[in-house]
Amino acid sequence: MAVRPAEIAIPGRPRARSGAGAALWRFVRKKPLGAAGGALMLVMLLTAVFADLLQTHDPIATDAAYTLGAPSTEHWLGTDHLGRDIYSRIVHGARVSLVVGVASTLLGSVLGGIIGLLSGYAGGKTDLVTQRILDILQGLPLLVLALVMSAALGPALHNVVIAISIPIIPRAARVIRSSVLSIREMQYVEAARSLGINHMRIAFRHILPNTIGPFIVLCTAQLGSAILVEATLSYLGLGVPEPYPSWGRMLSVSAAEYAQKAPHLVLFPGIAISLAVFASNLLGDALRDTLDPRLRGT
Amino acid sequence: MKTYLLQRLVIALLTLLGMSVVIFTLLRLAPGDIVDILFSTAGYVSPSEKQAIMKELGIDRPYWVQYVDWLRQILTGDLGKSYRYDQPAWEIIRPLVPVTLELAALSILFAVVIGVPTGVVSAVRQDTALDYVLRVFSLAGLAMPSFWLGMVIILGLVTWFAWIPPLTYVPLGENFKLHAVQFLLPALAVGYRSSALIMRITRSSLLEVMREDYIRTAWAKGQRGRIVIWRHALKNAMLPVVTVIGIEFAFLIGGLVVTETVFNLPGVARFLVQAILWRDYPVVQNLVMFIAIVVILSNLAVDMLYGVLDPRVRYGR
Repeated sequence: MAVRPAEIAIPGRPRARSGAGAALWRFVRKKPLGAAGGALMLVMLLTAVFADLLQTHDPIATDAAYTLGAPSTEHWLGTDHLGRDIYSRIVHGARVSLVVGVASTLLGSVLGGIIGLLSGYAGGKTDLVTQRILDILQGLPLLVLALVMSAALGPALHNVVIAISIPIIPRAARVIRSSVLSIREMQYVEAARSLGINHMRIAFRHILPNTIGPFIVLCTAQLGSAILVEATLSYLGLGVPEPYPSWGRMLSVSAAEYAQKAPHLVLFPGIAISLAVFASNLLGDALRDTLDPRLRGT
Repeated sequence: MKTYLLQRLVIALLTLLGMSVVIFTLLRLAPGDIVDILFSTAGYVSPSEKQAIMKELGIDRPYWVQYVDWLRQILTGDLGKSYRYDQPAWEIIRPLVPVTLELAALSILFAVVIGVPTGVVSAVRQDTALDYVLRVFSLAGLAMPSFWLGMVIILGLVTWFAWIPPLTYVPLGENFKLHAVQFLLPALAVGYRSSALIMRITRSSLLEVMREDYIRTAWAKGQRGRIVIWRHALKNAMLPVVTVIGIEFAFLIGGLVVTETVFNLPGVARFLVQAILWRDYPVVQNLVMFIAIVVILSNLAVDMLYGVLDPRVRYGR
């Protein structure tokens, strides 16, 4: 497929010459919803970083005298069945959610990206075989694959990250491959090839940097679902193990049992999950429209 | 058409074969063998006893023998024996299938009934306040974990109506009303999420079609708006929508995993979670394979539907 260079918007580069501040301001003005999502993500990031300062109680300290307490001035969002402070647990849960979400998204996207880069650049039979293998991985529902993976690997923080990252690999590979396919045909790549530069160097030094736009879009889009999968796995007892406070596990069986007596047990962690996923989806949508218009509506 | 179908079937079979390798390998990634896990709670197990159990379960044989044996089992419809129940896996799975299918069908129904009209309205009123509200509504659907939505629905019913939906399974023949309520609520919780995807794809696909020349012609003829949109535009915008519906139907099973758990419905998905927690690997292996088959078949069905919906799509050329 021959593509004239003029037709290809180089992703990630602002059109007008301006500083990062101006670009950011333009983004806020043109994509208010996306900017709101970005702001929420920033709040979540800060919450995760400064969780120790923001907490009002030790998130894992139990208090037998004050179980299932309703929200009050002492415990802002109430306490759970062991008397643990929900607000402090949610603040610390942001850390777990974000660490697992970002780590698994990055791991899956980088691995998938490299596969997509090599597969798209090599073309031919290599590409065909790789694509079929990815079909196989993508054919299984994301959650089912993650479930089986985390069960097979055993409950540990790093295993949850691996389990969630595997289903992301084929999705990432697809996206990067499709953008490599068009970049590969560009004249500067041809020039590099005619200079006798070796293929690996062309792929990684000359093509890879130009896929950064789709890559960022991909990561923000996957982050939301990674957070959601982590919550679901933890809810089922296959996710992040104790003592890390995880939003998903806060909703687990114990919460369901006491839901009638203490509805705040169910409400607040769910709202936290929903807000985090909502924010990253909003940001992802806006970034997609801005950085990679070809992907619009997918 | 026939050659195309045949081609697709061969590819589907190869993909399934590949999936069986992936599933088989994944389940053997577990550190320690199944016997170790089975008896991890029992404490000490004498080596000879362990050897005997491994022999009985057939896991003392090389992996490739086990794999070939499993394939043979699948082909003959014998799905092995459950470790936990000590009875054939298929006997346990079979009564669960209708529950999951019913739930999945209802969820998709909800998803389409909510998703397509909101998508159309959102596209027609592009960039108005209504469009924004509907888009936020659908994004919210994507953000909320369906199991949590299920819990909140139950909680709402309890708080405002002082009524809890039946938490033990009521078969269809026994009490239709209770049965319906029991299925409608989880279907709504799961369907909302899928409706968000359907709404988004309907919107963007319709927006694209609305820019076509023949739509302008229809407007120019003085055709009424409702007819232009619903008859001329939507028909052609449905192709990507059908793809998403097909994909969602297969992926619903993921969403059902937790929803069935929350609503305590005895379906395949809930059983999968239980089997995983009990480390009942023959059952897990076969259930995941079963899900893979459903996914592949529904993808195939969607491809076939293309030809019906869009005569321009010709197979086998």
